[in-house]
Amino acid sequence: MNLFDIIGPIMIGPSSSHTAGAVRLGLLARQILGEEPVKAAIDLYGSFARTYKGHGTDAALLAGLLGWRPDDGRIPRALDEAGKVGLAYSFNFAQTDEFVHPNTAFFHLAGAGGHFCRVGGVSLGGGRISVNNIDGFPVELSGELDALLTLHEDRAGIVSAVSGILAEMRINIAGMRVFRRQKGGLAAMIIETDQPAEKRVAPIIAAMPGIKFVRLIGSIL
Amino acid sequence: MEKILSLQDFVQAAAAQGLSFGAYALKSQAAELEISEDALVGKLSECAEVMREAARAGLRGESTRGGLAGGDARKIFLARAQESYINITGEIISDAIQIALSIGEANASMGKIVAAPTAGASGIIPGVLFALEKPLGLDGVAIGKGLAVAGVIGLVIASRASLSGAVGGCQAECGSAAAMAAGAAADLAGGGPDMVAGASAIALKSMLGLVCDPVAGLVEVPCIKRNAAAAVGALAAAQMALAGIKSFIPADEVFDAMKSVGASLPPSLKETSAGGVAAAPTALAWAKARLRAD
Repeated sequence: MNLFDIIGPIMIGPSSSHTAGAVRLGLLARQILGEEPVKAAIDLYGSFARTYKGHGTDAALLAGLLGWRPDDGRIPRALDEAGKVGLAYSFNFAQTDEFVHPNTAFFHLAGAGGHFCRVGGVSLGGGRISVNNIDGFPVELSGELDALLTLHEDRAGIVSAVSGILAEMRINIAGMRVFRRQKGGLAAMIIETDQPAEKRVAPIIAAMPGIKFVRLIGSIL
Repeated sequence: MEKILSLQDFVQAAAAQGLSFGAYALKSQAAELEISEDALVGKLSECAEVMREAARAGLRGESTRGGLAGGDARKIFLARAQESYINITGEIISDAIQIALSIGEANASMGKIVAAPTAGASGIIPGVLFALEKPLGLDGVAIGKGLAVAGVIGLVIASRASLSGAVGGCQAECGSAAAMAAGAAADLAGGGPDMVAGASAIALKSMLGLVCDPVAGLVEVPCIKRNAAAAVGALAAAQMALAGIKSFIPADEVFDAMKSVGASLPPSLKETSAGGVAAAPTALAWAKARLRAD
């Protein structure tokens, strides 16, 4: 935590957890999808489901999906703008609050190029967030650092090959985690880096055997 | 796990180096962020500009998102311009009230603000700092220094307790903001590091046990007017500290007390809208009507 976590973020009101945090969840979900979203069904849980309208949480989530930042003055108009740019959206209110953090959103997204993804995340307060589910993989992604996300076959050598490429490109790894549902199936990997991985890294890694897809996730702070 | 900080450590370090709390805050935080002090002041000035614009925006009297508030900052602004208006609080406190209300309303109407430390409590620190601008002759660098003082106090509170109403009640949001603003005010008025810590201790002591009870979950009632009241409390605390009045309980111990009070508060009093004024008959009736309308 630093001074600007306390004096900041600069944001559109009224709530750092319900508005600024919601924008950031949308921003990460958009980057995980990896292209312009055209369809979004968003499940809201807990406090998000109960007070979303008064806090503009609906507008904030869409603003993030549109690629806007938490201080973008257009956020209050995001519902209209989404319609104009061809992003069809719906909000669903979860009946149960059990087992989930009180500020949880779950995105079901479809992109212009035919990509689909599911992204779940929570708003932790003060604008800090955590994405904790990508396509059913339990993950952890805060958006504070640049990151590289892969979905790949769970077998020996892939993690080392990917980190080797980053080393060659002089990109320092700040932290990395591998997540899987079962041994030998598919695995997800999140590598947080000190330098943004340039766009040309993605196709190189995507072409490696065993890699299903790669996304570059820019810091959202 | 974040390190637990001590305001007393900052006070001692500043005093040992013969620096004001503000000067030491800038120095230590610039080092922490690995940027120059000028760059840090520049970034803080950007925050101050957003705060200033929010203080202006709120005066336009737009209604808030939930429709529970809005127009009150404009009301006090217009009233003060009337010759017949009796200003019982004087200019500085009237300014603090007006600015705090204004930013609270800008926030609730989805305007651009600086969460300091949170969006719901964002009117308090600028209310105090900008009200002191004219009487103390503060320039942009001084305001930046004030924000650094407030920020350091907030960092200490965050490390020892919480800045979230959902965790600690409104004392953690408006109470922390008042403690941060009081310390900044004491520093900008020329008080030494010990007075800065004393002012923040006195301000927060006066807010312990404050419940977070937004009507229908919206950061409108009672939050906006509470910003104004907390800004005035911060000025009172700073005034006492500047007169040489000490807080019998040191600031760090007050922060710790705030944490334990927060832990003792039942969930109904922590941003769940199940207690406090959020459970008053008028609040429940409004929430029910709104739910039907949706």
